[in-house]
Amino acid sequence: MIRLSNLSVSEPGYTAGAGASRPLLEVENLFVEFHTREGVAKVINGVTYDVRAGETLAVLGESGSGKSVTAQTIMGILDMPPGRVAGGSIRFHGRDMLAMSAEERRKIRGEGIAMVFQDALSALNPTFTVGFQIAEQYRIRRGLSRGEAKRRAIEILDQVKIPNAKQRVTEYPHQFSGGMRQRVMIAMSLALDPEVLIADEPTTALDVTVQAQIMDLLAELQRDRQMGMILITHDLGVVADVADRIAVMYAGRIVEQANVHELYANPGHPYTIGLINSIPRIDEKGQELRTIKGLPPNLMRIPSGCPFHPRCPRAEQVCTQQLPPLLQVGPTRASACHFAEEMVSRG
Amino acid sequence: MSDPGENVEAAVRPGVAPGGLHTAETPVPAPATGKPRGQFADVWAELRRKPMFWISAFLILVFLVMAAFPSLFTSIDPDQGSLRDNLQGPSKDAWFGRDIQGRDIYARTIYGAQASIVVSVIATLGTVLIGGFIGVVSGYIGGWVDGLLSRIADVFFGLPFLLGALLILFTFNPPGSAPSKLKVEALVAVSLMVLSWPVSMRIMRSAVLSVKEADYIVAARALGASPFRIVLRHVIPNCLASMLVYSTILIGSFIGAEATLSYLGVGLKSPAMSWGIMINEAQQFLRDVPGWLFFPAAFLVTAVLAFVMLGESIREALDPKLR
Repeated sequence: MIRLSNLSVSEPGYTAGAGASRPLLEVENLFVEFHTREGVAKVINGVTYDVRAGETLAVLGESGSGKSVTAQTIMGILDMPPGRVAGGSIRFHGRDMLAMSAEERRKIRGEGIAMVFQDALSALNPTFTVGFQIAEQYRIRRGLSRGEAKRRAIEILDQVKIPNAKQRVTEYPHQFSGGMRQRVMIAMSLALDPEVLIADEPTTALDVTVQAQIMDLLAELQRDRQMGMILITHDLGVVADVADRIAVMYAGRIVEQANVHELYANPGHPYTIGLINSIPRIDEKGQELRTIKGLPPNLMRIPSGCPFHPRCPRAEQVCTQQLPPLLQVGPTRASACHFAEEMVSRG
Repeated sequence: MSDPGENVEAAVRPGVAPGGLHTAETPVPAPATGKPRGQFADVWAELRRKPMFWISAFLILVFLVMAAFPSLFTSIDPDQGSLRDNLQGPSKDAWFGRDIQGRDIYARTIYGAQASIVVSVIATLGTVLIGGFIGVVSGYIGGWVDGLLSRIADVFFGLPFLLGALLILFTFNPPGSAPSKLKVEALVAVSLMVLSWPVSMRIMRSAVLSVKEADYIVAARALGASPFRIVLRHVIPNCLASMLVYSTILIGSFIGAEATLSYLGVGLKSPAMSWGIMINEAQQFLRDVPGWLFFPAAFLVTAVLAFVMLGESIREALDPKLR
């Protein structure tokens, strides 16, 4: 566990997006627990990742792998209690957010780091027009007049490609279709021009054709604004075109981190292989879908050794006893598997 | 990231692309949209189209004017009567007939509006504001604050309404004393508030509890809204509907409660006038002069109905999904 903090996936010299500047947001060795009546659920067990300006990091994992909880901890919207940060740090521009006052953290939200939620209908206040909700941010945070704030709201709705933004600004969330609503949600989070955008499964609630449009839009906005983006998803298909790097999470840990191409071409962890194999393929039509056997572990009783070993096709004796640390297995990639070197070099 | 030699410059923030937020050249689409319409303007635009709103608003206006300036509606002195004319039926001079003391029932009904309207409206406003405020605090903060406030509310809720009101009014307004009419009205209103706020507190609290977990509250927090703004913009507007419906019903029941307390001799007392007093006095003479009971009762029902209708149309206008 200690060795995790020595992880150097993002050494200087590793370049992505807008050059080798210091990462905007660094999560280091983060531990989060939930204290419940049944016991302590260890939801995040030493997560380390970072994102730079102009870069998209995809965080991939099954439900319950801790990807959303990590994001909520970054945003400071985790319910505490029952949640508790048990260790680690979250640095924004090098400053530890977990050590900041509540007021300081609040000021970062929206302007420094913003978040797009999964279900836009429930994430928008039903009692106010979308224009009012967006304009309010300009009025409160930027001190703009009503008229100016509304003009800005129309502008940002235009930027997320809502047709006829000038008219639609006076409409209520329920009057928008699912895809348009997600665009409103994106406009809302981009209103204050954040440097980092966290998108928590932004397309899960949408149908497939709209999913592609929203992903394209997010990618385009990220590129134009040179934002750092953390894209949380359980859908490998979604991330291929958009992400620069992928971090795969399992049982509250990062099990593999790599560039997109490397990860797809030559996965370095049996869990990643399982995920890639379980994408339905057109040439296997009619055959049974391939799945990863078993269920994600109960976070109150995480298996000894490598938490993936009960489901892992290549598990050996060592896997049941020793927790494999996340180690560098290539210039830009890391894997937490006892056999990582072997797997990567073979590919 | 743990390399000490790393350059600690602040991350470079490339300028926003052309067409982005900060470009001064962006064409201004504002003039065509005109002045932005606020949220209240939206509700008003919706209300304006509802006949139910206009009817109830008109009726309430009439009752309010009646309460403030009863002499606009009648030139007859409600206290003057000749015993010779007592218990007359409706006539040209006395449209609704005359009571046991020969006083004009129409004039007394008009003058009676004041006590009923003033007491019920003030008591309702107070109940809803006090109960609503405590409910928001209790529901939003939760924890031991909620526990404490809820237990206090339980204590008040446990008091039987009539017993409590009798106790308060008997202490401060004992039979035989003759405090001013205003003081009695205030006393009645306060005792109604004291005994009724727990219900509105519970309604508000449960509404807040259900809204508090909503995604848009979390989203507002994630965008850096302050706790005060979250309560003001997100919690309260989404909890208003149930409070509004309750408060209109409350006005009706308070008009009745005021009448009951008057009847028991601890509220307003004759010669003061209220619909409640009149209805109670008239009971024994129902067969002789039905109008004595009927007309004040009709006014009372109309007033209650007007308030309920107003509340209903405002509630509909507040809910964007019903537009």
